[in-house]
Amino acid sequence: MKHTISVLVENKPGVLARISGLFSARGFNIESLAVGETHDPSISRLTMVVNAAEERILEQIKKQLHKLIDVITVWDLTNIDFFERELVLLKVDLNILETGRFDSVVNDFKLNVLSRDDREAVIEFAGDQDRIHELSVILDAGVKELVRTGRIAISR
Amino acid sequence: MKMNGAQILVESLKKEGVDAMFGYPGGSVLPLTDGLFACPDINFVLVRHEQGAAHAADGYARATGKVGVCMATSGPGATNLVTGLATAQMDSVPMVAITGQVKTFLIGNDAFQEADMTGITRPVTKHNYLVKDVNELACVVKEAFHIARTGRPGPVLIDLPVDVQTAETVFSYPEKICMRSYNPTVCGHPGQIKKAARLINSCKKPVIYAGGGVVVSACHEELLSLAEKIQAPVTTTLLGLGAFPENHKLSLGMLGMHGTAYANHAVMESDLIIAVGARFDDRVTGKIDEFAPHAKVVHIDIDPTAISKSIRVHVPIVGDAGNILRELNSIVKSPDTAEWLGQVRLWKKEYPLRYKTSKDKISPQYVVEQIRKLTGGDAIICTEVGQNQMWAAQYYTFLRPRTFISSGGLGTMGFGLPAAIGAKVGVPDKAVFNIAGDGSIQMNIQELATAVAGNINVKIAILNNGYLGMVRQWQELFYERRYAFTKLYAPDFVKLAESYGAVGIRVTRKDEVIPALEKALSTPKVVMLDFVVEDEENVFPMVPAGSAINRMIGGMA
Repeated sequence: MKHTISVLVENKPGVLARISGLFSARGFNIESLAVGETHDPSISRLTMVVNAAEERILEQIKKQLHKLIDVITVWDLTNIDFFERELVLLKVDLNILETGRFDSVVNDFKLNVLSRDDREAVIEFAGDQDRIHELSVILDAGVKELVRTGRIAISR
Repeated sequence: MKMNGAQILVESLKKEGVDAMFGYPGGSVLPLTDGLFACPDINFVLVRHEQGAAHAADGYARATGKVGVCMATSGPGATNLVTGLATAQMDSVPMVAITGQVKTFLIGNDAFQEADMTGITRPVTKHNYLVKDVNELACVVKEAFHIARTGRPGPVLIDLPVDVQTAETVFSYPEKICMRSYNPTVCGHPGQIKKAARLINSCKKPVIYAGGGVVVSACHEELLSLAEKIQAPVTTTLLGLGAFPENHKLSLGMLGMHGTAYANHAVMESDLIIAVGARFDDRVTGKIDEFAPHAKVVHIDIDPTAISKSIRVHVPIVGDAGNILRELNSIVKSPDTAEWLGQVRLWKKEYPLRYKTSKDKISPQYVVEQIRKLTGGDAIICTEVGQNQMWAAQYYTFLRPRTFISSGGLGTMGFGLPAAIGAKVGVPDKAVFNIAGDGSIQMNIQELATAVAGNINVKIAILNNGYLGMVRQWQELFYERRYAFTKLYAPDFVKLAESYGAVGIRVTRKDEVIPALEKALSTPKVVMLDFVVEDEENVFPMVPAGSAINRMIGGMA
């Protein structure tokens, strides 16, 4: 099962390595990771998504996370109400995608077009996982490059 | 007053009450060793290998309860500490390790004797620091000692670039410390304590399972009160030896893979396990699915990650064991355990610890028993790892905390001799023995020089069977006696001891054991005793790895 975990940490060097080390030492892959300062610049927030094959091991990792000296709090948002967003940047090949089709996608998804010429366009989209998935399915072969920020989440 | 980083470190160590440290010089700690050279308050013990420094600091910490301090230079010196840090981390030993580092601007450049120590030691320390600004140094030292000794103790590493050691600033040591991200829970939750008391009040077959946490928390008296009040038998882990007097009628000795049969039977048949400062290690539980099938579990531990890690806990209580036991003792009633204690007595009678004795040949267990007799149980016993360790654990009959020092979690061969040196430095009035095997003693044998040069008069009892005994035992039992690479060549230990300036005594006959031990104890020198013991003696009882702990082999049950 996928878990979205939000961690508040001291904004110091090495903290990210300590956290990722807990996962890598157990052979866990981190699917998504986003890190940034909070409104208090001495504190950073990490949002990570992990797919736990065994819930018991994830429970253990969450406790271990909390045990790290530089970790202030750990929340598992999975079973509570939360908003989740991710920003994607896409480079779209307009030779593959018809112009009319592209325009309708821009409209439907309210895409922000950052640049556009005859051959390609760079677009920006923020949304939850389902919408990002839909977008990439629709654009399909037209996608030349896709960059994602990693998910961020906040409880309701 | 302005000071350089090295002086600040020395002053900070003094503020933390450090009276001894163990280390080895090198290019990246020159300012620091210079500062220590000028400091009469700290006894700097020069080891012969940095691994020895780490284990000695560890032994010092375990014997005294204070924070052990070790020091090494950058690169290879620092990496040599790693096994010692991992050993301390596994066994929750408070330590501060100081390593030199290359100059700040060279870090990451593959400079001479550079190693990424905060990276390398991240999984084997409780916390670590790279100090790049001399203004942060005093605060880092304060934090490091605080972290090392509070909560579940552990080793903390401070990596100190050589240019930070020479950089100057005004020294002021912080009085207080406040860390928003590190506040270990000390007091147990009152509701949980009440729940535990209810379980205890209504149980019929309780067992107290005590670990190293009781020693750390110094709550052996509270443990004794609880055991006597609720009339529950007490078994300890390897690291819990000494937390409960083994000559007490409620004592079951050690449990687990090489525990007593009666401890394992009692745990398996119990209806309530009260775990205090222990972590249900795989050497204790055996096959998890079959462990204590009828028991409810109360688990008292300061480390929340220890709870429900391997077995399901019914009433977890996070906090300091001493605080929690005092609360528990004040509300708990005395359940009727008379019938249960009768059963335990039967097991004790039926399956005592025993070994084959012969008229002339020396049984290793016999040596341990004689050390026990001649020291009155008042010595500090360090061990290496393997058969020597298990025989020491089984046959010494420990009475007091901090008298047994052994690498339990990591199982580090080569630990015993340097740990004994550290223990003797910390507690010079006590006899300190290292019970060793002929294999493990060779792993840090160079520390004989440390002991002799420093007049640190430890006694080394080698149970010499010519094998890597514990591995040989497994080969005998599970690999059809194919002794792959376990027959060991050993040097002449008597000559070896003498060449280092120690006293060497070889003992080949049973009737020589006591006179040799008496001589060792009365000689004010480092003494190495080479007991030539039965070569294929096994440690029994034994639970094969992965079996339930009441399925013991070795002529018992």
